[in-house]
Amino acid sequence: MVTLKELPKEEYILKGNPACAGCGAAISLRLMFKALGRKVIMIVPACCTTVIQGPYPYTAFKVPLLNIVFEATGAAASGIVAALKKRCIEDVTVVGWAGDGGTVDIGLQALSGAAERETNFIYICYDNEAYGNTGMQRSGATPFGAWTTTTPTGKREHKKDMPMIMAAHGIPYVATVIPSYPLDFINKLRKAKQIKGTKYIHILSPCPTGWRFPGSKTIEIGRLAVQTGIWALYEIENGEFKLSPPSARLLDKSKRKPVELYLKAQGRFRNLTDRDIAEIQQWVDETWEKYKRLQAN
Amino acid sequence: MTQTIIDTANHIAAYAAKAARVKVVAAYPITPQTTIVEKIAEFVESGEMDAEYIRVESEHSAMAACVGAEAAGVRTFTATSAHGLALMHEVLHWAAGSRLPIVMAVVNRAMGAPWSIWPDFSDSLSQRDTGWLQFYCADNQEVFDTIIQAYKICEDKRVLLPAMVCSEGLILSHTFMPVKAPEQEEIDDFLPPYDPGWALDVDNPFSHANLVSPEWYMEFRYMIQNAMENAKRLIPEVDREYGRRFGFEHGGLIEKYQCEDADLILVTMGTMGSEAKISVNNLRKEGLKVGLARVRVFRPFPKEEIRKLAENAQMLTAIDRHVSFGMEGFLATEIKASLYSREKSASDPPLVAGFLAGIGGRDVTYRDIELIAKKSWKWMQAGKIEEETVWWNLRE
Repeated sequence: MVTLKELPKEEYILKGNPACAGCGAAISLRLMFKALGRKVIMIVPACCTTVIQGPYPYTAFKVPLLNIVFEATGAAASGIVAALKKRCIEDVTVVGWAGDGGTVDIGLQALSGAAERETNFIYICYDNEAYGNTGMQRSGATPFGAWTTTTPTGKREHKKDMPMIMAAHGIPYVATVIPSYPLDFINKLRKAKQIKGTKYIHILSPCPTGWRFPGSKTIEIGRLAVQTGIWALYEIENGEFKLSPPSARLLDKSKRKPVELYLKAQGRFRNLTDRDIAEIQQWVDETWEKYKRLQAN
Repeated sequence: MTQTIIDTANHIAAYAAKAARVKVVAAYPITPQTTIVEKIAEFVESGEMDAEYIRVESEHSAMAACVGAEAAGVRTFTATSAHGLALMHEVLHWAAGSRLPIVMAVVNRAMGAPWSIWPDFSDSLSQRDTGWLQFYCADNQEVFDTIIQAYKICEDKRVLLPAMVCSEGLILSHTFMPVKAPEQEEIDDFLPPYDPGWALDVDNPFSHANLVSPEWYMEFRYMIQNAMENAKRLIPEVDREYGRRFGFEHGGLIEKYQCEDADLILVTMGTMGSEAKISVNNLRKEGLKVGLARVRVFRPFPKEEIRKLAENAQMLTAIDRHVSFGMEGFLATEIKASLYSREKSASDPPLVAGFLAGIGGRDVTYRDIELIAKKSWKWMQAGKIEEETVWWNLRE
């Protein structure tokens, strides 16, 4: 387990990149690079990182990056992995880095195919729960009740459970992370790097612009997401589900903060009724019953 | 030294991919292309072909995987038909824009709806403007030779664009013909290992194909057009060199048959260009000075060659296996566009007639082509085209 002191000083995402102030994805990129080092090839579809990497002729990352069409991250990564194998390059980690739209919606088929083929790469979904780059439209990862530009009165369906969909592929490693818990984040990525096969990491990536909270509150909002249990940190290693330390103690419902604290801190939930909040609280509690069963097995 | 292989054009395409020492194949089955990827699977699993074979879950992913592999610095191959090609459309643009010299066998099949598994060029011609070179083959030998040639042309630093090597489904894909394949060492000498124009490299990191503002985008497009012009010069050179080494030449951009003294020149593509040779021989016996120009490369389009043909002929007749709805056959349009003069001149260009034949796989015999030529001949003598686009053999 890494400690803060042991983190590499080297930065691979450069200052002056065009990410929004307080962007959860930019913090996640910084942590991801610190965890994986410089020997990374990134494949990025249409998403906020299309912008964050900087426009031609600049580049904000110190790793090679191939941009690819929206729905094709898993497939293009398969091609890179195959080519590196033919070139006998074994010390490079291939990372697919996509948003929630590019993962849970339009890119699901290519990702599912890559996982089924046991492609040796890390797929990272940074999930800001909407199509952020086009200005916050609803995605399959948008939570119940959230305002987006295509759900102006709030989404009426719950979030798609993407980590569990990936776990159902039988891949060796699935983990959820959030940049508010950087050591947990880095340790999981380092573990993923050591495992052969398809590794899936799902980041809940707080988005000040889209979620309507001040850019200085990103870490705080992320902590609330974990403390209320609306986002659980866990790993599924070779099929074995294990809650990570920040979440493990929340199995006891009394330890979880009410979801209202998380919801009230964000403008996107400002139209929620008491009934909506109760509905979300119930959804969270039911989800934790599921985690309880998984943890027991 | 050559070895003779008697096989279908599909299997021959697989032999060519093997001979080109392709390192990554990503493919998805579709009729009538399927036997290409089946044969490659055999080659890879038996160890005859030293390649990674990615059995993707769609053609969109097939092309995306080829983009990834080629960007990581290895020679790649795929194959598809019709709806598979249409599904790839977005990634076709991406491959050309990324300047990746991927070679793909396209086994031409008519687009639905309604479903058809028979050939026409509606699939590949719909991809005309994606920045891919397009070759159209007349027989199995040409399929083999063109795949090898395409890698040499596309990987040239002056080109760096992908290519489709097209052949008509069923007519060629499932028809056995003898093909002479050079020895592997001879092919290796003609086609050296892939030296990528650029590749993803952790020691030389940069973002590839990131956002480009209007300040730069147009220059990237200009470079592709430039590369196409370079390809136009290179294709006949490479075809001649291949011919010198191995004995097979296919006419470079356009294969001409009895065109020198011809009053009427038939212009077509693919197997109709092979069938039409018999028609020309028969028409010549009747005293009609008819020639044949088979457009082998549709992109880059050989407009200079078309202009040369027009210098002596009185009429050009395009026989198209595809229609651009709301306009006419593709060749008819391209020929007319090529002939439109940039300066005023006393002499008119030749008349251009357009016939649509063989759409959706309807049989086109040498007799059909003779009748098309005779109809054209009559119009040529009268100095007037009676019908702008003729749907040949259309049911009443």
